[in-house]
Amino acid sequence: MSSRRSRSSRQTGTSMISEDQINDLVLQLHRLLPELGNNNRRSGKVSASKVLQETCTYIRNLNKEVDDLSERLSQLLESTDSAQAALIRSLLM
Amino acid sequence: MASLFSDNEQPPTNSNSSSTVLVRKKKSLSASSPSSSRGNAASLPTRDGDSHPRWRSEKQQRIYSAKLIQALKQVRLSSSSSATTSSPTAHKRGKAVREAADRALAVSARGRTLWSRAILANRIKLKFRKQKRPRQTVIPAVTTVVTTGASSRGRKRRVSVVRLNKKSLPTVNRKVRSLGRLVPGCKKESVPVILEEATDYIQALEMQVRAMNSLVELLSGYSTPGSDSAPPPI
Repeated sequence: MSSRRSRSSRQTGTSMISEDQINDLVLQLHRLLPELGNNNRRSGKVSASKVLQETCTYIRNLNKEVDDLSERLSQLLESTDSAQAALIRSLLM
Repeated sequence: MASLFSDNEQPPTNSNSSSTVLVRKKKSLSASSPSSSRGNAASLPTRDGDSHPRWRSEKQQRIYSAKLIQALKQVRLSSSSSATTSSPTAHKRGKAVREAADRALAVSARGRTLWSRAILANRIKLKFRKQKRPRQTVIPAVTTVVTTGASSRGRKRRVSVVRLNKKSLPTVNRKVRSLGRLVPGCKKESVPVILEEATDYIQALEMQVRAMNSLVELLSGYSTPGSDSAPPPI
């Protein structure tokens, strides 16, 4: 836990948050996002609101993907009959 | 993938209640992986955040896959023991699987992040989040705002300063608030907290998607009729 907290420069309380820190966080977020079509054009600045918008969309997509996968998983878990389930269980243990 | 099976040496659990599942998961968490994610974080000190190697390491994926399989076994046991019919509860089973996967993900986060604690708190309906509250607010050190393109994905692009105008600040605030509503447990946090939680949450979700994908691949290889003993070559 200290490895992450040791990066903090100063603890100035919760209200004095500088623009630089927000910039840095937004940049970090931007690096995580899948870059579709940004590779060639945008080599300069990115706008914060666009990054945030894409982040929201991306999180929604990821959530939806997890939901779909869990639906499929539940169907798969139901459809395997008991013999195969015993096989899988014995392999998993 | 073989990585799904390699670290699963935990003993089978037979209880069905969620609280004991969590207790057992936490015990096995301390037993099986002492310092894996910390070791990875410490080995890359020059990265701008330990979140990058944390959720992308092989070891973390193995840990999560093991926990996921454990959790899914619990779901199977509890759903097969109930006497309800299949069609009205199909969606509920999908939700149960999702909740189990989220719980496993939250436990793998080792309680360092807000969203993981919020997921676990919602599940058990305890308010231990208030007890963990007095951790320091996260304000990462900013030595330079210009970053080089040496990210973990190997992209060579150089992205420079984000322009945050004063007149765009309410827009940014609004979007950060809506982002905070998406990340569990961050509805009322401050802006840098939401941003940091979002970065961690995105990486954790990506890992969850990868793990569940490989699990689905594995299981669909088993559920085809005729494949009896030999597992598909992975």
